[in-house]
Amino acid sequence: MNAFLLRRLAQAIPTLFGISLLSFMLMLATPGDPITTITFRPSNDPGAAQTLRRQLGLDQPPLVQYVYWLIGNDWTMIDVDGDGEGDVYGTRRGVLRGDFGQSIQLKRPVLEVIGERIPATLLLSVPSILLGYFVGIVIGMLAALNHQRLLDQATRVLSVVGNAIPSFWLGLMLILIFSVNLNLLPMSGMRDITQRNAGFNLLDSLPYMIMPVTVFALGIVSVVSRYTRVQILEALAQDYVRTARAKGLSDRMVWLIHVLRNALIPIVTLLGVSIGFLLSGAVIIEQVFSWPGLGRLVIEAVSQRDYPVIMGSVIISAVMYILGLMISDLLYGLVDPRIQL
Amino acid sequence: MNPHIQLCCGERFSELELLTHVDEVKHMTASVGSSGEAVSKSKVVRLEAAQSRSLWAEALLHIRRDRLTLLAIFMLVMLTLACVFLPPLIEQALGVSATRTNVADRYRPPGFGNYILGTDNLGRDQFTRLLYGGRVSLGVAYGASVMSITIGVVVGMLAGYYRGLIDDLVNWFITTLSSIPTIFLLILVSVIFSPTPEVLIILLGLLGWITTCRLVRGEVLGLKERDFVVAAHSLGAPTHRIMLQHILPNVISLVIVTLTIDAGSLILIESGLSFLGLGVRPPTPSWGNMLTDARTYLATGQHLIIWPGIMIFATVLCFFLVGDGLRDAFDPRKVRSAK
Repeated sequence: MNAFLLRRLAQAIPTLFGISLLSFMLMLATPGDPITTITFRPSNDPGAAQTLRRQLGLDQPPLVQYVYWLIGNDWTMIDVDGDGEGDVYGTRRGVLRGDFGQSIQLKRPVLEVIGERIPATLLLSVPSILLGYFVGIVIGMLAALNHQRLLDQATRVLSVVGNAIPSFWLGLMLILIFSVNLNLLPMSGMRDITQRNAGFNLLDSLPYMIMPVTVFALGIVSVVSRYTRVQILEALAQDYVRTARAKGLSDRMVWLIHVLRNALIPIVTLLGVSIGFLLSGAVIIEQVFSWPGLGRLVIEAVSQRDYPVIMGSVIISAVMYILGLMISDLLYGLVDPRIQL
Repeated sequence: MNPHIQLCCGERFSELELLTHVDEVKHMTASVGSSGEAVSKSKVVRLEAAQSRSLWAEALLHIRRDRLTLLAIFMLVMLTLACVFLPPLIEQALGVSATRTNVADRYRPPGFGNYILGTDNLGRDQFTRLLYGGRVSLGVAYGASVMSITIGVVVGMLAGYYRGLIDDLVNWFITTLSSIPTIFLLILVSVIFSPTPEVLIILLGLLGWITTCRLVRGEVLGLKERDFVVAAHSLGAPTHRIMLQHILPNVISLVIVTLTIDAGSLILIESGLSFLGLGVRPPTPSWGNMLTDARTYLATGQHLIIWPGIMIFATVLCFFLVGDGLRDAFDPRKVRSAK
């Protein structure tokens, strides 16, 4: 098990390197410069902008910027006043040492800025994934039980429709129906709650969660129900099910012991993959419902050209995704004893 | 003498394969000997070989019986034609405009005057705007899906056929690219390029080939070991001939299905990006960016929220239904059971 974990971690290193390189190159290609958005007013001193540029290392060639960003610049002198000589040591410690830099707009460490948005995103995605999987598995099971009958057909329709419906439009329609026309649920305002109470109060947040979680979960239900249905139908066709029936086992026992256990193995690994999407699965839904999560942070950062925040978010969500894949492999080994890790 | 292989190869059955095929039948008939059962088996096999239709004929036959898929194809064709030809005609006939702003006629409900689906916040006719938006959304979907499929097939075939260094590099690239959540990647890229619809096609095409590539690579890995490829190889057929004549025809059905599903997903992706304000930018209408300001229409113009979404939903649904239908039609197992 440990050797397996180590091997998987080692495999992740080139991928992570590629991700950092790719997101850095994309960042460099971005038009617009964070300094210009800060020093937009003409009354500001252009010299100060130059100094700031040098302090942030934005005057360096791309490769140097990448190295500084990766391993920090506290081992080298920075030329702040532009006379060609180093003046002070750099202060950055680099991503590899847990320093994702400062947000240019918010002037706070990126990790801190991202960290305070993650709970809101998890508050949306964890219940959605749990609910989505639960409902999806139940519907998939019912469909398989009623194979080629009405419920089965209905499930297939639901899954195609659920896949084809754009989540942002579904969200808007729910807002239109339940907030505007029926006036039952708040259409947004989650941000107020997170700011007003320092602590988190489930009862207060629940009304705000209903619509976004429904939209998010529906997407998951349509995938999981279809998958569950196929898996169960495949398990039902296996020889061991016929054998179990032949030896006189009751239908219920066949289902519980043979069919479900085998059909759920791939679904558990699918769940592992979903864990990887915990941080990044809800960007558009967050936007529709003005949910104060990581997705909105990224969209805001994009419009403000806040490079460090964008790169930090991309890297962290990518790491989460890779972790999800690893967890998925581990789960596979746990639920299926035939797999040796 | 495997009907499965035969169906997979379809019309493109090369001469060589036909030869080995006939040989096999002869061989079987010759080796039958005294066993009556074997004789009848070989007869059945020969009959099947004589009667079997090509993959394409089978698929066509299947589709013609599949009313839902036919309906979806019909809808898509009509929608595409409508988006391409109708808007200028309607503008002329009804005297409305998709671009001219008209403050007096803001937020008109559907059916008001000549406005079939009402007007938007600037007094532009929504119906023609939807059709113009369809040009963009469908154009991006068609263009980007064709482009990503082409890249995916070429890279997938090369990686699957040559293995080695190319395969490793492609794998590393795919793993890296697919480890960045798609939505973040798209946000990054569209911020950088502030895309026009044409650039958006290229970007989505360049980012979308991974799934196809994986599928094709997997198929090619299997096909490479199959007898007809090995035989062609040992007869000295050049690589490009093996790739184009023997391998490509066998992945083409997979490619067509993926293409259809891809086009649907691309409409969802494009409209999502445009909704976020990162895809197609106003004043060019697209179904997604018509919804960007939807929250401000909640009180005044609910028809402005409902219709663009219905267009997206209906189109994507049609693409997915066609994709599902084609998958069934190309599935050799399904074809046999339908006989």
